[in-house]
Amino acid sequence: MTRNQQHLLSKIATGDGHGEDSPYFDGWKAFEVNPFHHTKNPNGVIQMGLAENQLSFDLIQEWILKHPEASICTSEGVNNFRDIAIFQDYHGLPEFRNAVANFMEKSRRNRVKFDPDRIVMSGGATGAHEMVAFCLADPGDAFLVPTPYYPGFDRDLRWRTGAQLVPVVCESSNNFKVTREALEAAYEGAQDANIRVKGLLITNPSNPLGTILDKETLRMVVSFINEKSIHLVCDEIYAATVFSTQPDFISIAEIIQEEIECNHDLIHIVYSLSKDLGFPGFRVGIVYSYNDAVVNCCRKMSSFGLVSSQTQYLIASMLSDDEFVNKFIAENAISLANRHKVFTEGLAQVDIGCLKSNAGLFVWMDLRHLLKEQTFKAEMELWKVIINKVKLNVSPGSSFHCSAPGWFRVCFANMDDKTMDVALTRIVAFVHQNKETTVPMKKKCWQTNLRLSFSSRRVDDIMMAQCMMSPHSPLPQSPLVRARN
Amino acid sequence: MSIEIEQPSVGLSKVAVSETHGEDSPYFAGWKAYDENPYHELNNPSGVIQMGLAENQVSFDLLEDFLETHPEASSWGKGVSSFRENALFQDYHGLPSFRKAMASFMEQIRGGRAKFDPERVVLTAGATAANELLTFILADPGDALLVPTPYYPGFDRDLRWRTGVKIVPIHCDSSNNFQITPQALEAAFNEAEAMNIKVRGVLITNPSNPLGATIQRSVLEEILDFVTRKNIHLVSDEIYSGSVFSSSEFISIAEILEARQYKDSERVHIVYSLSKDLGLPGFRVGTIYSYNDKVVTTARRMSSFTLISSQTQHLLACMLSNKEFTENYIQINRERLRKRYDMIIEGLRSAGIECLKGNAGLFCWMNLSPLLEKPTREGELTLWNSMLHEVRLNISPGSSCHISEPGWFRVCFANMSEQTLEIALKRIHDFMEQRKRDI
Repeated sequence: MTRNQQHLLSKIATGDGHGEDSPYFDGWKAFEVNPFHHTKNPNGVIQMGLAENQLSFDLIQEWILKHPEASICTSEGVNNFRDIAIFQDYHGLPEFRNAVANFMEKSRRNRVKFDPDRIVMSGGATGAHEMVAFCLADPGDAFLVPTPYYPGFDRDLRWRTGAQLVPVVCESSNNFKVTREALEAAYEGAQDANIRVKGLLITNPSNPLGTILDKETLRMVVSFINEKSIHLVCDEIYAATVFSTQPDFISIAEIIQEEIECNHDLIHIVYSLSKDLGFPGFRVGIVYSYNDAVVNCCRKMSSFGLVSSQTQYLIASMLSDDEFVNKFIAENAISLANRHKVFTEGLAQVDIGCLKSNAGLFVWMDLRHLLKEQTFKAEMELWKVIINKVKLNVSPGSSFHCSAPGWFRVCFANMDDKTMDVALTRIVAFVHQNKETTVPMKKKCWQTNLRLSFSSRRVDDIMMAQCMMSPHSPLPQSPLVRARN
Repeated sequence: MSIEIEQPSVGLSKVAVSETHGEDSPYFAGWKAYDENPYHELNNPSGVIQMGLAENQVSFDLLEDFLETHPEASSWGKGVSSFRENALFQDYHGLPSFRKAMASFMEQIRGGRAKFDPERVVLTAGATAANELLTFILADPGDALLVPTPYYPGFDRDLRWRTGVKIVPIHCDSSNNFQITPQALEAAFNEAEAMNIKVRGVLITNPSNPLGATIQRSVLEEILDFVTRKNIHLVSDEIYSGSVFSSSEFISIAEILEARQYKDSERVHIVYSLSKDLGLPGFRVGTIYSYNDKVVTTARRMSSFTLISSQTQHLLACMLSNKEFTENYIQINRERLRKRYDMIIEGLRSAGIECLKGNAGLFCWMNLSPLLEKPTREGELTLWNSMLHEVRLNISPGSSCHISEPGWFRVCFANMSEQTLEIALKRIHDFMEQRKRDI
């Protein structure tokens, strides 16, 4: 394109709000050019940067085979074809809304009720977040977002809306809990910079932490937003990935059901079936608002991203089957718990700790002890090693705006057991290789919920390594060593 | 002491409280009347007949037959893996087989007179999303797109609401069958300039909604020359391209570009959808076809907010890559629409009502100006109200399409059975007879 023609596009189009110029795409590119496959490419890159739930497809497949009428294309369902094919009402199929409300209630153990008339569709949670931002914020207005947070928010909330994100800095020293002080600091910082804050966005369960916000924190958050008279957007996209009740997941819906002083017009939930059910391709995004004006506005806006009526029909059928839903929620939790256990225990074998978590499709892995120095530059270097040498695509903490370097989000639910084994083997091998070649570094004090500190063990390992190089190591000499030289 | 009307205490955005969503226009008021009292052959034979909805219901049987004879379209193949792959597929490039099928379908509709490269097909959830998305890419807030009148009322929302972009009308009138003239183009451009508004492009709908007529080759050439001269974009919404009654009468902007060997084509973008031609508005299948690489890339990224369900992409890939099916469908659909058109034109003519000569679409553009008490917008709305409450037909008043001369109405004919259409025509006939007696 000539320079003359470049100027023909809008600022939104020519800017970088799409977020794809970030260095983090290197990991994806490495995977795309060399994807792991058990037989065809066993040395390829294993994708651990994609938060997908692939563990429960067999349950869903079984249901689909038993219910051909759930598709409008089968002979059992084709009688409904034309009515569904012409249905473009932005209210959505009533049975779809009822089924989604039902699923949302069951994933919260029926402790709350959801009104199907408050359910608004959108183009995935991606579309939902953007839609809510358009509805609540003018260009230049800001949302507070606790760090670390899902990188997609930078695009979803800001690109076309012109809104801003102001980080609420959370620290590793208290397990990245959202504190009142941090919220106040962020709010005041925005005020000082003349930025109007319109809302606070929290993700619960958290991405990338995999942790659940406790009742105290949720209540604190609700009282904070009420005091400041700002909106609260709760992304509960991982609600049904909670795999143990220690601690139990509490939805914002439960908090506001209590006698707590709260203006319900401020509360909005974003949801989707992409993570809980594993259907990101179906683009089922949901906005649930307690504010009538927001419901009405979002409903009109949903014209720009309605859920295909064919898909609404399938989901309506599936999620109104109580027997299936109960079974799915229970078994999905067990599968995730098992996978989480296998992975975290495997990591523990080589003294890699993760933030204690019981939800999500990933762990928040602590590799601070492997950093050359406690800087983001060192984190990026370590990340490049993990991608290029260990051949795992993981996501560096800096891409989530984490306040301290050394953390990585590692997804564990988007692969089969065999691939998980291979990934663990590679990590183990890498750590051993690293021990053989690195000099012990000064470390910060450990968090109490991490597993062992290994400073004493490391000296022994190095002594041993000098006598005994494994002839079977799949890895060449660690570039960390080369770098040091 | 002044009384301040408070905004909701924790305000929503300006976009949220504005009325640019357009739902307060009479276009939608008729819908409400219909919703409250919908016609039904048996249950409510005196209810309101919906003639304001441009839907294609004449060819469903062809789709249903296909599904019944092609079970692979409904299943995900054997084994868990193909369902899983489909359910996981959220790549904004779209299913390659579907993009290919769309490109090929678009070629078939144009009788092979233009080629479409699947790599340039960007998928969005409906043409509604496609038009908004393109606007975000081609114009900044405060800029304008020029749109010929009369135009589809939905553009007011789709092009303006969240984008902050304006529409400056290109005035067309009945003196030359509402064709777009170079003078009208210049006038619109100058009008924008006089208001200090930067024009970023022209958006045409071809075949036209609400006129139900294709744009002539010479006019397309003029429009292309105009946008080239002004160095602005051209968006051609060709959503009704498969609804042209006779294939040879539709000329796509793609053909004009091909004849010019794609010189200067980076300013041209085509919008398409399956909502009208295939009658599948619920499935939310829209596309942007752009000759501009940067627009393709950016549109693809933006489509993240509005992707097509992979389940639907899979079904349609199956259907549209079956060339035998699509050839047959396109041909039969065309014939049936023409038959409906002939029926309604004849019916209206025998009631003493003339329409613009049309050759496409799911509606006709009816001239009721002789019936107006006053040749004004108010006169038109009064007549529209009579049509709605006395004749019990919901039709769309021209004023909702931003036309400058009153008395024209868009009347849809493809969203009902032939029997219902006959009843609607009888009601109009009786209404006209009554008026003759009253005069």
